[in-house]
Amino acid sequence: MGEIVVKEKDVVVPGETLATGMDFLPSFGTYREGDKILASRLGLVNVEGKVIKLVPLSGVYHPKRGDTIIGFVREILLAGWRVDTNSAYSAVLGLKDASPEFIARGADLTKYFEIGDYIMAKIINVTSQNLVDLTLNGPGLRKLTGGRKIMVNANKVPRIIGKQGSMVSMIKDFTNCRILVGQNGVVWISGEDPAKELLAVETIKKIERESHLSGLTDAIKAFLEQHKDGITVPSDN
Amino acid sequence: MSYDKRFDGRKFDETRPMEAKAGVIPRAVGSGWFKIGNTEAYAAVYGPREMFPKFMQDPQKGVLRCNYNMMPFSSGGERVRPGPSRRSKEISFVMERALRPVVDLTEFPNAVVDVFIELPQTDAGTRCAGICAASIALADAGIPMKDMVCAISAGRVIDKMIIDLNYEEDSHEDGVDIPIAMLHNSKQISLLQMDGELSVEQLKTAMKMVEKACEQIFEVQKAALKKKFEVQ
Repeated sequence: MGEIVVKEKDVVVPGETLATGMDFLPSFGTYREGDKILASRLGLVNVEGKVIKLVPLSGVYHPKRGDTIIGFVREILLAGWRVDTNSAYSAVLGLKDASPEFIARGADLTKYFEIGDYIMAKIINVTSQNLVDLTLNGPGLRKLTGGRKIMVNANKVPRIIGKQGSMVSMIKDFTNCRILVGQNGVVWISGEDPAKELLAVETIKKIERESHLSGLTDAIKAFLEQHKDGITVPSDN
Repeated sequence: MSYDKRFDGRKFDETRPMEAKAGVIPRAVGSGWFKIGNTEAYAAVYGPREMFPKFMQDPQKGVLRCNYNMMPFSSGGERVRPGPSRRSKEISFVMERALRPVVDLTEFPNAVVDVFIELPQTDAGTRCAGICAASIALADAGIPMKDMVCAISAGRVIDKMIIDLNYEEDSHEDGVDIPIAMLHNSKQISLLQMDGELSVEQLKTAMKMVEKACEQIFEVQKAALKKKFEVQ
């Protein structure tokens, strides 16, 4: 008779026993050894029916097809741009996917994107060798001019966005900033008032720090109301 | 002549007090701190990230790279000359070998996971403390790994088998020091080094002591990682 040893939403460490017996199935972040299911990374336990999986809590971003990311142009290639994705693998933005207009071979590619430009792009393909292809065809995908970029833990991105974007739109309402969140953990913030821009930065850092606590939305709302007029001095972290 | 009482008054099978923390270095992807007696080790993990120099990349799986460093003021005696030495290069290499069996980097071809181990204060057993800290740091960095690695030294002073030697015991003229790293679940050994002479029976006693101590180390490591992520 199989049995789950840990509770739902427990934090488990690699090598910890999650379940015994053959009644459960190992999924992401777990593996079977004999009649036991063990954790193969650090994460939060999630049991769905008979399937046990782990939700990662830490780690760098790993490119996935369909993700919308914010990257910066690192290099200009023969027929495209190499884009840094804030992960172990850089991506290529090909000519065909870069612009709706026709770009002739041999054209001056810096007219479109210069080294150091930030772009919001979508991942169209990731190969087994982790070669990543990007596209700018799609709603909201474009070059990002001005503003500031901050890096956050990519695993915390869903909490920054919130349910149906509730969290990020709350920050937008309070700070009058335009905010774009890439799934690779790069956040772009642009506002008229520097103090409010800083408030948005501090709020996002607060979410990243406190994302595992309950009552996050209320805490963030209180924080935003407390600093309605913006922040002038950045905090240490 | 016999070794009746340990220099610091511990029992023969008693380790020094252990403490650990996870996430001590904010800028690293994952980090760990492990203290055993007066030996302290910090480990910081960066990556998986792009590997340079490029010719060292492996297109089949990611590479694990360790760097062991004793800080100049760390030891009780003379100042350690900063920078890589023959000794630190060897220890970096054996640590990497000790950790490689647990980490699974097949998902990260051409990438590297860097582990930097710094020792601000040492009192023997540095490579073991370093491995324990590195294990915490790798788990904290979300690297896929099937098990935790626990390491501790066992040894002999004159006629007694002891665990977790301090510097006085380690440098005893009639002493043997055996650093051992063990995977927690399978009890497989990923590091075993020895200097001095030992009988087979004595080595077996040492292994038993290590197995017991590894259980304690794992609990310390587990508690450290859980503490970082616990929900208040």
